[in-house]
Amino acid sequence: MGLENLFLGFQIAVTPFNLFIAVVGILLGTIIGVLPGLGGANGVAILLPLTFSMPPTSAIILLTCIYWGALFGGAITSVLFNIPGEPWSVATTFDGYPLAKAGRSGEALTAAFTSSFVGAFFSIVLITFFAPILAEVALKFGPPEFFAIQLLTFSSFVGLGGGNPLKSLATILIGFMLSTVGLDIVTGQLRLTYGFTDLMKGFDFIIAVIGLFGIGEILLSVEEGLRFQGAKTEMKLRVVLDTWKILPRFYRTFVRSSIIGFWMGFKPGGATPASFMSYAFAKRFSKHPERFGKGELEGIVAPETAAHAAGVAAMLPMITLGIPGSPTAAVMLGGLIIWGLQPGPMLFVDNPDFVWGLIASMYTGNVIGVLIVLAFVPFFAAILRIPFAILTPLIVVICAIGSYAVHNSMIDIWYMLIFGVIGYVFKKLDYPLAPFVLALVLGDMAENALRQSLIMSQGSLAIFLTRPISGVITAVAIFFFVMPVLTPWWRRMRGMPHGGPESPQL
Amino acid sequence: MRLLDLVTAAVLMLLGGIVIYDALRLGAGWGIEGPQSGFFPFWLAALLGAVSLVLLVQAWRSASVEPFVTRDRFIPVLKVLGPLAGFVVLTDPPGPWSGLGLYVAAGLYLGFYMRWVGRHDWRTIVALATVIPVISFLIFETWFLVPMPKGPVEAWFGY
Repeated sequence: MGLENLFLGFQIAVTPFNLFIAVVGILLGTIIGVLPGLGGANGVAILLPLTFSMPPTSAIILLTCIYWGALFGGAITSVLFNIPGEPWSVATTFDGYPLAKAGRSGEALTAAFTSSFVGAFFSIVLITFFAPILAEVALKFGPPEFFAIQLLTFSSFVGLGGGNPLKSLATILIGFMLSTVGLDIVTGQLRLTYGFTDLMKGFDFIIAVIGLFGIGEILLSVEEGLRFQGAKTEMKLRVVLDTWKILPRFYRTFVRSSIIGFWMGFKPGGATPASFMSYAFAKRFSKHPERFGKGELEGIVAPETAAHAAGVAAMLPMITLGIPGSPTAAVMLGGLIIWGLQPGPMLFVDNPDFVWGLIASMYTGNVIGVLIVLAFVPFFAAILRIPFAILTPLIVVICAIGSYAVHNSMIDIWYMLIFGVIGYVFKKLDYPLAPFVLALVLGDMAENALRQSLIMSQGSLAIFLTRPISGVITAVAIFFFVMPVLTPWWRRMRGMPHGGPESPQL
Repeated sequence: MRLLDLVTAAVLMLLGGIVIYDALRLGAGWGIEGPQSGFFPFWLAALLGAVSLVLLVQAWRSASVEPFVTRDRFIPVLKVLGPLAGFVVLTDPPGPWSGLGLYVAAGLYLGFYMRWVGRHDWRTIVALATVIPVISFLIFETWFLVPMPKGPVEAWFGY
């Protein structure tokens, strides 16, 4: 049954127009991934208004291909410039940059792109088989189950996100609070507007994404005084083929990292820990752990495979439950609503052409992606050689255009500026931004689910624990929420040293 | 770092207070048919108040003397923010005045920043400050039909 649907999807994804859209998306996405201040999330956010007039399936293909492109682009800056474009590319710099400095950038990039492709492919295959099953289960979910899943989503930021758990919790609460600003559709009352008419429309998370991740990132990078002095690169077909001959040796790393990536990835914020974890595992199981960090090919294979497996896996909860696993998936979810689709399990029933077109396009998009990046690496690397004083205002103008286009409103450009400053300060103080954005996106859904659940139970919170499915999910969520409190206590009980290795901050 | 951490925690606490104020006005309890409008914001804000109090204490007790940002590193940040605010004001200033529109403002902003920070030569500046807005205009306004704020120059060309 799954394969028939997939075949239907391919008939949609392989039309000339949609293939063209995929190529455009990959090219734009890779450029976005390479540019400082633009990443998957805000790149997709800026280009979202351009899709308003497209058919939904082509629109989602464009946006997902931008996402794949941005994932590939992150590897280029990590290897050639030692600048991780995204947090999950940090581990790629460990061995990528030393290799590039040693004049082996061709090998490093081929390994990075191929691993990305393998990781992504693994997750796509799993999505193809698990998505319909998960959607089937989710169809039976009521408001308490959905609220419990939301709790789980946010608890994993607090419990597993690393950094200060209270700061994660604070950003989640602010995100939810901002989402309640404006008209309350249930009671028709205006909330938190304090008499300002501009606040009646509320805050759009797309603007928040552009400001926090776009402008905020630019401010951070000028403060750090980034100079793009990259290693030279040339891609010869022979180098690519030679590297492909070596890569199958790392089949264990490929399999292990794919599994880690998928497992971590469908939970929010999973890509970054997945990349570090899989790097650590590769090093531990390697025959030559001492070579890691000095330019070992396997040290690129492990994090890249895991990061892409996780990046793709983040799409699974988005299409089946309507709950995005990453800020980029959140922006796509916003797109679904704008195109007139209802995210969640009903998509599989109401819009099978959309869902399966999307899943099939993940296959085509990643195949096109790996070919394009391999062929055009020097072109993408050249973008970073554009002088800084041209690149910065250009990115700012693009961000402004993207913000204005969402609602044709000038106030959104001001919001973008304010969110930019907030993003800069929060990033410096280690307040994580991803949970903030997700809370802003999911705020309405969470509040509705909470309200409906409480109406069902006449106001008793016990409903989340007494229903079997929501009970299990809520219990896990509570466990994650209290984990930061339990961990130090547990360590003391076992006589382990306080602190220990810090997990990387999102 | 410590000072800004303290300030941020205090601001968050203030934010919580402001939200609680409005939530209580709306009613944060049980209405005729379920939770009232202020219910969700009230509990969020109450929790934020508690969290920011702990954050305030944490920041107070931390011994970090490292400054949030040093003077020479902050200047480039201001050099981005200043012209950026100028660009937004030129596009369409708040109040009754009409602005130059996004494309002209973008050209001026690009040119200004390239000269001020990058010290590029005038030919490059004039060329890029004209070509980039024109290309964006063609892409957004004519190809994708996404309207941007426009001013007298676009009107002069008949848009």
